[in-house]
Amino acid sequence: MQFDHDKGKPVKKKSQRSISTAVQLAAMILLSACQPDMPAEVRSGLVYCLEGSPESLNPQLVTSGTTIDATSRQLFDRLVDIDPEDGRFIPALATHWEIRSDGLSYTFFLRPDVQFHHTDYFEPSRPLNSTDVRFSFERVMNSEHPFHAVSGGEYPYFQTVEWHQRVARITTPTPDQVVFYLRQRDSSFLSNVATDFAVVHSAEYADQLLKQQQPQRIDSHPIGTGPFKFREYRKDVFLRYYRHAEYWGQASSLEQLVFDIEPNNAKRMAKLLTHECDITAYPRIAELELISKRDDVKVQEQTSMNVGFWAFNTQKPPFDQAKVRRALSMAINRDAILQAVYYNHAHTAHSLLPPTSWGFNPAVMSVPYDPTAARELLAEAGYPFGFSMDIWAMPVQRLYNPNATRMAEMIQADLAQIGVRVSIVTLEWNAFRRQLRQGEHDSVLLGWNADNTDPDNFFRPLLSCSGIDSGTNRAHWCDPAFDAILAQALLTDDQSIRRHYYWAAQHYLSEHIPLFPIAHSKRFQALNHQISGVSINPYGGISLADARKEP
Amino acid sequence: MIWQFLIRRLFLLLFVFFALTCFAFSLGHLFPGDPLTNFSGISQPSDELLPALVQQYQLEQGYLQQYFAFLSRILQGDWGLSLSSQQPIITELTQVFPATLELVAYALLISFVVGVPLGLIAAIKAQHWSGRFISGVAMVGYSVPIFWWALLMIMLFSITLGWLPTSGRISVLFEIPASTGFMLPDIMLSKQPYWQAAMIDALRHLLLPALVLATFPTTVMIRFTRDAMLGVWQQSYIKTARAKGLSRSQVLYRHGLRNAMMPVLRQLGLQFSTLVTLAMITELIFSWPGIGLWLLDSINQRNYPAIQGGLLVISTLVIMVNILMDILHTLLNPLARKQFNG
Repeated sequence: MQFDHDKGKPVKKKSQRSISTAVQLAAMILLSACQPDMPAEVRSGLVYCLEGSPESLNPQLVTSGTTIDATSRQLFDRLVDIDPEDGRFIPALATHWEIRSDGLSYTFFLRPDVQFHHTDYFEPSRPLNSTDVRFSFERVMNSEHPFHAVSGGEYPYFQTVEWHQRVARITTPTPDQVVFYLRQRDSSFLSNVATDFAVVHSAEYADQLLKQQQPQRIDSHPIGTGPFKFREYRKDVFLRYYRHAEYWGQASSLEQLVFDIEPNNAKRMAKLLTHECDITAYPRIAELELISKRDDVKVQEQTSMNVGFWAFNTQKPPFDQAKVRRALSMAINRDAILQAVYYNHAHTAHSLLPPTSWGFNPAVMSVPYDPTAARELLAEAGYPFGFSMDIWAMPVQRLYNPNATRMAEMIQADLAQIGVRVSIVTLEWNAFRRQLRQGEHDSVLLGWNADNTDPDNFFRPLLSCSGIDSGTNRAHWCDPAFDAILAQALLTDDQSIRRHYYWAAQHYLSEHIPLFPIAHSKRFQALNHQISGVSINPYGGISLADARKEP
Repeated sequence: MIWQFLIRRLFLLLFVFFALTCFAFSLGHLFPGDPLTNFSGISQPSDELLPALVQQYQLEQGYLQQYFAFLSRILQGDWGLSLSSQQPIITELTQVFPATLELVAYALLISFVVGVPLGLIAAIKAQHWSGRFISGVAMVGYSVPIFWWALLMIMLFSITLGWLPTSGRISVLFEIPASTGFMLPDIMLSKQPYWQAAMIDALRHLLLPALVLATFPTTVMIRFTRDAMLGVWQQSYIKTARAKGLSRSQVLYRHGLRNAMMPVLRQLGLQFSTLVTLAMITELIFSWPGIGLWLLDSINQRNYPAIQGGLLVISTLVIMVNILMDILHTLLNPLARKQFNG
């Protein structure tokens, strides 16, 4: 018994001690949320919750907005940037540029002492020079280039704008000058050079990779000149960048930038509320009101360069009559659609161009909502008792049209008022696009997201004759007079002259209405209140170079 | 003898493993698409590569040769490439599998530490309100659907109170290189100056998923400890020990608990497959980068080589644990040994 007693006491003390340790540890774990004594690397890091995994780390190879947001403006620079305030071209890697009087050659003068990233897989020996620029663009346009076929040889943006037919050759007369020779005058050239896809890689790194026989690493372990440098990528988990301390602009105040990959909308939102994310992309529109009430969260919005529209198949009767198209458009209550489909997070579209575009014509007449007049117009066109038609609603959710089926149902109800009977068609996305291209639809609810700031990027794909063949002109509208206006607009670089042509184009469209623009939706992001220096760029991907985190 | 028993168990293991590999192998042919792609994970092999692959995978031979080629690749660690990331499956598995083991291990630890004492109390105070209360809570915990419970915990502790993070193993801002794949040892090995802060952060991330996952095994533990203890308490050797003059706690620890734990251990082995299923759900809800989340993602992405590899690893784990528990039970329990020998 004595033995047991002796043994029992210390055991009890020990257990008391371990309980108190456990309690201390538990308290520490719970309270550490409020303690600011985090190490500097962690405290000055920013977490951006991204909605998907980037498919590549080279923006030249992709069109997806997710990849562009994660890579283009963080890792790389372009020759020219666009001022997000007024849409003008501003210097980036090129301090200035000269355009020959015939418009067939562009000479860019490169910024001196632009440093590439120093990483554990590449040590640059020299700053940026003209061979880097030439390498980056020749990879895209020259199918003989040793890097052209690396990673599949597909450069979707450059193929869409037919880059190899626009640019004849690129020369490098001196290390700080690079000259692009064009085949014909092309006033949208600078817009293309300023897109997020036209980034500059290191030619020296490419040479090193060729020697190591690992050319594909140029797209998975990138070297650029941007404000952050690549550190680590785990697909579906995270993407980690470090600060590029020798950045030519203002070096970032963030030690590291991490993209936390979370495809689930609700989880991204939860992470913002628990402060695991500092910024979250694409919050659900329906939840915006709820979260904007919190003190620790702010919501940013920006009208994007997009348009959601209702396109009529103008090659099918009765939609070949402008009167019918106008009558149908007048019957639509766009305010109701904006509320029910976009939750009022969009602008009513008065023109194909969003109001933020420099080509927007403020004087253009918007189609009024007037069902009575619509009915009269329909009778005038020879359909006093209406007719039956299809509306094809796109089966996927996009920023410019978050819910096409709902929109189609509302239009169905509106058109019933003027005696037009609507049946709604939805198909699987690939079949949908294939049958649209074949012109089997009466009308379709779709939209367009611009790749660059040039108004040409709205009009030409959506409504020119060549857009029918490439499958972007869903109205199947081919009007030589309209095409002539677009061609005229490209022949000069003077923006004020070009603007007049685009105003005329919009005026022409408001008379013919081959498609009925419905809304320009806004892009949103939600941020922790401690974050500043971040805004949504209407002309491209997110830039986190100037982001700051208050302690 | 005992060796005979072990050899029999080993044979059982081999047989089950054979059936399992047969199943995994046939999946390569049953999945839609080209079997070559399903096995290798190379979606469009180049013309130079194609003959070598066909040769390596023996695809021109009969199913038997293909199966043996499959088996030797599995044993050599060549599990093909993931269709979505083009990384070797085996590399991905070594990253995600430890995360699951870690989560399951901590959940089991919690269930032992919490479940056994509570089960004892419930048995000893079976008629008292505390005993009834514990049994009642255990019953509720046993019946609660884990996804609902997990969301409830997130709502309370993460979103409303803001105490604990909702997802992942550690804040992504901490850079911990994966050497063992287990987070806590990795933090120790990382030699980062901030390892203490990282450790606390990792524990905060672990707490909620481990508690949620521990709910089911804890309630199982409580119920079985209680039932076993109530059974043991009726035995005559307990009465004898009490009559000898041992105190209640002495009897409990020396004679009661040890005998009561035997069936509990066995039950734990049987419940392990349920635990793995629950771990997958927990991983999904807490974005815990373990094998469950990885397998579910692979199924969503139709990543056939990964589905094959994931199934193989998870079912092997469940079978191994079952057989291990069986062996352990036999070794520790003189009664079972005796029965077997007799």
